[in-house]
Amino acid sequence: MKEIHDYQGDIASIRTAMERSVKFLSLSGLSGVLAGIYALIGATAVYYLIYYPHSPFGFRFYYVNEHDIVLKLMIIAALVLVLSIATAFIMSQRKAKRLGLTIWNKTSKDLTANLFIPLITGGLLILILVSRGYYGIVAPACLIFYGLALISASAYTVNEIRYLGFSEIVLGLVAALLPGYGLVFWALGFGLLHIVYGGVMHYRYDS
Amino acid sequence: MKNPFDQLDRILEHRIRLQIMSVLVANDSYDFNSLKEVLNVTDGNLASNLKALEKEKYISVSKSFVDRKPNTKYKATEKGRNAFKKHLDALEELIKTQQ
Repeated sequence: MKEIHDYQGDIASIRTAMERSVKFLSLSGLSGVLAGIYALIGATAVYYLIYYPHSPFGFRFYYVNEHDIVLKLMIIAALVLVLSIATAFIMSQRKAKRLGLTIWNKTSKDLTANLFIPLITGGLLILILVSRGYYGIVAPACLIFYGLALISASAYTVNEIRYLGFSEIVLGLVAALLPGYGLVFWALGFGLLHIVYGGVMHYRYDS
Repeated sequence: MKNPFDQLDRILEHRIRLQIMSVLVANDSYDFNSLKEVLNVTDGNLASNLKALEKEKYISVSKSFVDRKPNTKYKATEKGRNAFKKHLDALEELIKTQQ
């Protein structure tokens, strides 16, 4: 006959099995912090490219309309994106190893699929609109689609991702209401929010 | 009142089998290698416990090939889901009466 604490252990094991089989728990919080830092560095570079020596908080119309500048902005954004994804991948792979899991399993596949559907949709829409000259759409649309992507992916990982998603959407809508401050909102959404939520996740789960 | 010990499912009293059912209740289906990774068990241990669950008709098995490699998928049956739920209720009852 099993003892009562064996049954308590059974219940704990049900919880672990369910969680590990549904959620991608290897997501590294620290990689979120690093992604935020890359975004802030990128935003600073953009500031020097288009605003300097003016303050980014002053309102003006003229900035992003030369083809050359748009290209440079896209290169910086792509660099931040690639570096962030690579960091997340490498650090999550390490964490997965520690948890006795692999990085490419059912949960991470579900996570990726649900993340990329809204993300690619938004990315293509933004590229189309930029090609037509609607530059003002970039910052709010990046934030909103990224937020939607996070919410859609959050069913397959830790809960903080869901709240990060909501925060990005709110920030994106505010950015849409206040045209001309795209860079500031972009830096807040991709820089500050990543650092805050990444830090929380690191503190809660990365030990 | 019924004795909660009698309500426990004998098949699911085994830890690995209980965990397999947990995974299959939480997911539509799961394949052999993914189950092995999540539960951290050996091939032989997993296979024999899956056999036991299959024999009770708690799970259904479908075999196919993905990239020419055999891929075996497991699903919880209606009977399996009910048994799992009943077992959980019994566990809950048991722990309540002990407190």
